[in-house]
Amino acid sequence: MAAYIVRRLWQFVPTLLGVVLLVFALFNWVGGDPAYILAGKISSPEQIENIRRQLGVDRPYYVQLWIFLGQIATGDFGVSWATNEKVSDIFATRLAPSLTVLVPMLVLGTVMSMAAAMLVAYLRGSLTDRAIMIGCTVGQSVSILVYILVFQYVLAYRLGWFPVQGWGNGFAENLLRYSALPILVGVIVSLAPDTRLYRSFFLDEINQDYVRTARAKGMSESRVMWVHVLRNAAIPVITNVMIQLPGLLAGAFLIERFFSIPGIGREVILAVERSDFPLIKAVTVYVALATMVLNLLADLLYKAVDPRVQLK
Amino acid sequence: MNPGATMAGRVRFGSAGLWALAWRQLARDRVGLASLVVLVLCLALVAASGAGLIARDWSQEVGVSYAPPGFMGPDVAHLAPESVPARAAPPRPEVYGIEDPLAGVLAEIRKDLAGESTTESRAPTLVFGGDKWGRDVLKKTIKGTETSVLVGLLAAALAVFVGTVLGAYAGYYGGRVDDFCNWFYSVFTSIPYLLLVLAVAAVLNQKGTVTVVLILGLTGWTGVFRLVRAEYLKHKAREYILAADAIGASHASRMFVHIFPNVSHVVLVQLSLHVVLFIKSEVILSFLGFGVGVDTVSWGSMLNEAQNELIIGKWWQLAAATAAMAVLVTAFSLFTDALRDALDPRLK
Repeated sequence: MAAYIVRRLWQFVPTLLGVVLLVFALFNWVGGDPAYILAGKISSPEQIENIRRQLGVDRPYYVQLWIFLGQIATGDFGVSWATNEKVSDIFATRLAPSLTVLVPMLVLGTVMSMAAAMLVAYLRGSLTDRAIMIGCTVGQSVSILVYILVFQYVLAYRLGWFPVQGWGNGFAENLLRYSALPILVGVIVSLAPDTRLYRSFFLDEINQDYVRTARAKGMSESRVMWVHVLRNAAIPVITNVMIQLPGLLAGAFLIERFFSIPGIGREVILAVERSDFPLIKAVTVYVALATMVLNLLADLLYKAVDPRVQLK
Repeated sequence: MNPGATMAGRVRFGSAGLWALAWRQLARDRVGLASLVVLVLCLALVAASGAGLIARDWSQEVGVSYAPPGFMGPDVAHLAPESVPARAAPPRPEVYGIEDPLAGVLAEIRKDLAGESTTESRAPTLVFGGDKWGRDVLKKTIKGTETSVLVGLLAAALAVFVGTVLGAYAGYYGGRVDDFCNWFYSVFTSIPYLLLVLAVAAVLNQKGTVTVVLILGLTGWTGVFRLVRAEYLKHKAREYILAADAIGASHASRMFVHIFPNVSHVVLVQLSLHVVLFIKSEVILSFLGFGVGVDTVSWGSMLNEAQNELIIGKWWQLAAATAAMAVLVTAFSLFTDALRDALDPRLK
């Protein structure tokens, strides 16, 4: 087990190096000279030269790459070009609002889609199953943007059940007042694709021999589903949720943006709009690292809940 | 199903080929067949609009500003004289960071024109309403569908091409080539897809249909790569490839002439799947303002306009874009499912 973890961690090195090279190539080579972005529209050649020296972009590529590696190792990506805030401070302050929305959204969404998936898997092939599956396909085909726009307009703006947008200071206020609608939208959007996916997990289990054995020895249908099938189908679900997690952190940007939640996702969008390269570089590298760590954790968890799995 | 027809034609003896069997299977699937019909109709519409047969004059300002849909009757409040200044400076209650860079200029121009252009010549209602500039939403939706579908198809073709070529090389050659391609794959998959797309968009910092196709196509090839590589791994050791080697077929010929037709069903399903994925991604990119150019209309740019319109109660542009998207993407997804069922050998 320890040997496996060490080997996996060792495999992180080339991948992470690749991510660093990719990000470096994107921003330092494809992206053109950042000094022009920073200096703004009206700038003199001296100013640009000055900024180039400050950023270090006048030095050879290998020196710049070395600086970038140093930044990743120390976690010090300097300051945001747009706000002069330290990049590490931005992360520290934006993480809590993101998690306040994401964690309840993920828990509620997973529980609800698992319940729905179990139901339709149990009724597989029936009219209900087909209707729900087609409903999921239709629901999935509409952009998340439409859900956000309509829910915000109808539930918050028209009916006034929720605040249209905003963020407070207290945790309870944020969670119960401001996060309620974003969580609702997030859960509803994730329901359709997750139900479809989890249904296939349940179907894989329902056709297994142990289910037939359980039925043959006279076990009640509810016990077969809730105890035997659920526990086995939960394994790929757990993995799926863990692998989704880092993507969600950055991927919830649309929700955070519409509801003015000061989270990481909104910060990413702002950074892209303002060409705030230090922030985007930092987010990309760290989210990639988080993805790798969570993938490893998912594999270990897989092993922990299912002893048949052989880690190689 | 053109390749299906030729493949089936070639098989003269005994049993039907894969494509003929798949077509038979698909013809039995009522949902799949219905979605195929809808899809063909939509694509015909897109082709007609692309060829300039319909919706060519979508940018003509034919109606009054925010002309309501025909079935609702003309906007009474709008005909009152005090609404004219309101039209010159339309309310922009919530702008989320992105502004139409030309909005100010256009407002100026329209203010100047207001004296000359007679409001009478503009239609008070349009079939499915008008936007801020009085353009027909129905024509705009057709044009937007053309853009979104075109971007989806081209980006999917690019992604599937890159994924297939890399996957074929990695799976066929194995060894160092495989290691390198796998490393490349793991680098791309360790960055969440939308974050990667946004990072590339930030760097390129230019709008345009070609840019969107490149961004989506060059970041979205990973899923195809994994599947195609696995197929090639399986196929390269089969006897027909050994036979091809024996008659002196080159590596490239073995990869793309001998193996490829046998894995093309996987590629086809992936192509269909990625069109849906990329259409959705294009909508988000264009909505955020990193997508198609300002003079092009797509579902994303329509939704972007719709967010401001909704607050003043002009819902039709949102409804039109949503309905078009729901119909086309649903048909595409259902067709993909049917295609996968028809082509999956395990089900036979």
